[in-house]
Amino acid sequence: MHNEATRSLSTSASFQMNPPPVITAENLTKSYGELTAVDGISFEVPAGESFGLLGPNGAGKSTTMKMIGGVSQRTSGKLSIMGLDPETHGPEVRAHLGVVPQQDNLDEELKVRENLIVYGRYFGLPLSYLRPKADELLEFAQLTDKAKSRVDALSGGMKRRLTIARSLINEPKVLLLDEPTTGLDPQARHILWDRLFRLKEQGVTLILTTHYMDEAEQLCDRLIVVDKGRIMAEGSPASLIREYSTREVLELRFGSERNATIGAELEGIGERVETLPDRVLIYAHDGESALEQVSARRLRPLTSLVRRSSLEDVFLRLTGRSLVD
Amino acid sequence: MTSAHPPAVSASRAKRWGSFFYAEQVLRVMRGYGWSVFLYSVGQPVAYLFAMGIGLASLVDAHGGSVFGGVNYLTFIAPALLVSSAVMTASGDFSYPIMDGFKWRRVFYGPHASPLVPRQIAAGHIMASALKFLVQSLVYFAIVAMFGASPSPWGWVSAIVATVAGLSFGLPLMAYSSTITKDSGQFALVQRFIVVPLFLFSGTFFPLDSLPLGVRWIGWISPVWHGTQLGRVLTYGLEENPVLTLAHIVFLVGAAAAGWTLTRRQFVRRMGA
Repeated sequence: MHNEATRSLSTSASFQMNPPPVITAENLTKSYGELTAVDGISFEVPAGESFGLLGPNGAGKSTTMKMIGGVSQRTSGKLSIMGLDPETHGPEVRAHLGVVPQQDNLDEELKVRENLIVYGRYFGLPLSYLRPKADELLEFAQLTDKAKSRVDALSGGMKRRLTIARSLINEPKVLLLDEPTTGLDPQARHILWDRLFRLKEQGVTLILTTHYMDEAEQLCDRLIVVDKGRIMAEGSPASLIREYSTREVLELRFGSERNATIGAELEGIGERVETLPDRVLIYAHDGESALEQVSARRLRPLTSLVRRSSLEDVFLRLTGRSLVD
Repeated sequence: MTSAHPPAVSASRAKRWGSFFYAEQVLRVMRGYGWSVFLYSVGQPVAYLFAMGIGLASLVDAHGGSVFGGVNYLTFIAPALLVSSAVMTASGDFSYPIMDGFKWRRVFYGPHASPLVPRQIAAGHIMASALKFLVQSLVYFAIVAMFGASPSPWGWVSAIVATVAGLSFGLPLMAYSSTITKDSGQFALVQRFIVVPLFLFSGTFFPLDSLPLGVRWIGWISPVWHGTQLGRVLTYGLEENPVLTLAHIVFLVGAAAAGWTLTRRQFVRRMGA
């Protein structure tokens, strides 16, 4: 009796000091026949963190998201969401989650507000809760004046916000966002980022995939860079940039024919020169002084631009390829 | 209630009632088409019963109606029209909307991200459609009864038979629809080469045994024929070997159950557990 009391005291104490991760993946692998979409990735996400999977299309990000939601079964490895295995406890796991899929699958034949209510019913939530909650979420998604519109009358950005509102109907502590802003115009993306940032402030754990480096920089506390199903690097956006790139980048355009051959003439300027089909990148601590050196060698680029390093540069460094083809 | 119940409650409710939650969604969508469903279910029987039962029947009854088992022609074809109507509705509800759910608007994938599982999504769609067939068949039957074409007190049961007949045709079709990944006009073929022949050669307008044996088999494998014969037993007391009557029931329920099983398997296969 006494022992048991001590034990429960000690577990609750350790719980407070070090809360268990919301998601734990160990050597997670998914193969479709010959193709290995996810190739032994491991990561942990603590509660309240905003965690990103950054990588190009086909990197295995969506497959990972589907395994987390228990709608795709892993080939091997371990996966635990809130301490539950999504493979054996799919409904229990999904009851904890809010899911924003890559492709909107709203019910276009129902009205905007009705989409939220119907979705809440899947969680067995009563109408007495759902009616005021739907109004609150429409307000949050800035769609209050569209409540009675048909879904097909909404713009792409509005549909995306409605999908996010829908995913919040069960007040999830964990939100999965698969490419949340793909296909949206810049203004719509900023509105969406603002809404997601608010959720983050409320303590919701965000797991998002993206192939936009600016999105990853805006939203993620920490991210993994994924390519061909493998983790290439892991860290905060700032630490990844520090580790894999220089502070600044000088972008030069010499015209598509000269770009390819100019590399040799630029040797020695900055720390590294990267030649792309449309431009040449010089990685340097000080971009302006690198540009002065280019001018001193009497090389005349058509255009030049000095900017801060971004995750795009990290990805280029790690894989030799751009994020967006 | 100000905040959502805990996830464990959501999960257990979804496990127990999930099929009904999805059926509720389908019914809400149908409500959007409420008027056209109503007009179809009232307009179609009225039009058919007038054209066939009044127009054609006046000729048939005047020229040797004895082949119709001693009842007038309207009474003879009313159960057949009732069953055919349910089967035709089923051919619509279990074809394009399934394709829509998986491929076009992908509505099945919405609930799939909630605690619901694929078999419940399939079951919800089936239950909502079955309820629609039943309501539609009851309206149809009420109109048949107003035309005086159901002398037996058991006639109303034929509305349930029509519903089951709709499912026994519709669920195997749903199983097939859920395998289609590319629309290349399959449903138009189903309509032309399955639904229409079943309508014409299922003892609908004349007794099946007046057909040559070469085409009579169409009736034997047709949910329309089995449903129609049962309906005739119920609405005007058609005299039939009880073994055959039992065979109708076994066929209809069996085909529906097989269709449901195959559908469930295909939904799970296509969407993941």
